[in-house]
Amino acid sequence: MSTSVSPGEDLPPGGPLTAGSPGAAGPSPGGDPSADGPVPDGDSPVDGPAAAGGNRLRVEGLTVSFRLPGATVRAVTDVSFEVRPGRCLALVGESGCGKSVLAHALLGLLPGNAEVAGRARLEHADGPLELLGAPEAVLARRVRGRAVGLIPQSPATHLTPVRTARAQLEEALRELGRARPRERADELALRQGLHPADLDRYPHELSGGMAQRVANAMALAGDPWLILADEPTGGLDRPLVDRAMAALRGLCDEGRAILLITHDLRAAERVADDLAVMYAGRLVETGPAGRVLDRPRHPYAAGLVNARPDRAFVPIPGMPPELTRLPDDCAFAPRCPSADGACTAPPPLADGVACHHPLEDDRA
Amino acid sequence: MLEARDVTVRYGRQVVLDGVSLTVEPGRVTGLAGPSGCGKSTLARVLALMLRPAAGTVTVDGAAVRRWRQRAPRGLRTAVALLYQQPRLAVDPRLTLTEIIAEPLAAAGRADPGRVAALAAEAGLTGDLLGRRPHEVSDGQLQRACVARALSLEPRYLVCDEMTTMLDASTQAHLVAVVEAYRERSGAGVLAVSHDDALLARWAHHRVRLGGFEGLES
Ligand code: SF4
Repeated sequence: MSTSVSPGEDLPPGGPLTAGSPGAAGPSPGGDPSADGPVPDGDSPVDGPAAAGGNRLRVEGLTVSFRLPGATVRAVTDVSFEVRPGRCLALVGESGCGKSVLAHALLGLLPGNAEVAGRARLEHADGPLELLGAPEAVLARRVRGRAVGLIPQSPATHLTPVRTARAQLEEALRELGRARPRERADELALRQGLHPADLDRYPHELSGGMAQRVANAMALAGDPWLILADEPTGGLDRPLVDRAMAALRGLCDEGRAILLITHDLRAAERVADDLAVMYAGRLVETGPAGRVLDRPRHPYAAGLVNARPDRAFVPIPGMPPELTRLPDDCAFAPRCPSADGACTAPPPLADGVACHHPLEDDRA
Repeated sequence: MLEARDVTVRYGRQVVLDGVSLTVEPGRVTGLAGPSGCGKSTLARVLALMLRPAAGTVTVDGAAVRRWRQRAPRGLRTAVALLYQQPRLAVDPRLTLTEIIAEPLAAAGRADPGRVAALAAEAGLTGDLLGRRPHEVSDGQLQRACVARALSLEPRYLVCDEMTTMLDASTQAHLVAVVEAYRERSGAGVLAVSHDDALLARWAHHRVRLGGFEGLES
């Protein structure tokens, strides 16, 4: 449970978790998480008051690993980003790049053998809250479903099959202490474009699109200001993906913050303001979504964009490295057309790109 | 030609396909598009001899299919290979990737480790990945193994049902390239089922939309 998730400060110095490989931490924006000292739950603001800027989630130097017998999986290394109301950040990368682990870390949903370092500060009306290492009771009472609504992978299978959508939505509302759950459930359904009568169906009676809307209604039951959508489009066809993305955009435009995790560049393109491209557990490029997709600067991001069927449709050679065996140099080097001697030193994320030879605008 | 004629499929009282005909020509890629729930996957399974239609006929290079699934004659069954969207549902979780790829050759009494290694390499799988079991690899890596397995008996037709929908752009481009290389060297026919118009526009020679035919030559 929550005791298994420990802030980085508890980790042995020099272990595999000290912000990645030697030398990696220095100039990166996240910095070395161990340098900031302990971050107890709900500490006094040290980085400026949250109230002035309103709500935000600030992730700094987030690092997650799993110890297996004989190996350590370095799933997320030194990831920093910020999400604010009214903006959608899409975290894109291929399966196994660490992006879903990152989402689970933020919600305290990692398995017991996970080790977590860095910070993830939720700044909102209740005061700041450090998510990493927060007790399970705090996450359950103040975070999941309340500050942060989760839109899960494959909504249809996320619902309990033996109870109607309404029973599950009303139960969620009751657990959140909302009055008049029945009327509130109808309201939530209507806002998602469902007829209230649709809520009386069992999950297997819902089409893919309806299940998606029910999942959105569930995520919104506690009126969260931050929505975390983890591969919400799995199994949906393109028109439904587009609809799901339009729904997310609507939530964003009404002032919620969205963190979208996806492998689908076209889905990200439809909704995201900002894009963060993840490779082998690290962010390799961040920036405005339109710019990153049109003129990527990191060779991996450029390769992904180039692989799209409406672009060159050419794969990146090779495969990502094993997260149990990350190299000390740039993890993309074996696949990178621009790799040279300089790439033996791991590139820090500077100015939105982690590369010693970022592509110029006219090359991308 | 791989051909479905006037095929009707019902699940209970629900009619999923109603007198549908489709032809997959050797050496060409036929794209099958259509919204979710239109019966694309059902038609794919009928053409892969995995589902017996309530009415209508399926022929493989002129040979009519009379028995389905495991009971179809070996020669017909291996003439058509099927790739699914979700590779985890298509493999035995106890086998290693090498064993998964080797399975059809071994079952046909033609075990051939050299060929298995070559197919794996073409699909981008090397080294100790091949000794892992499905739960130890990503969806993309597992789908690579499924593609290698599908090519192992040199099918005359490949039915790719949303084969790359769950995968990132680079893995998608790689797996489509592997299928294309096979098609070019073997002259096999490919049915590419996808809801992604951009993918079919790039990949298919012509596209058919289920529930309203559309003969787009590209
Ligand atoms: S640092 Fe070097 S190897 Fe890594 S992406 Fe940049 S150019 Fe390629």
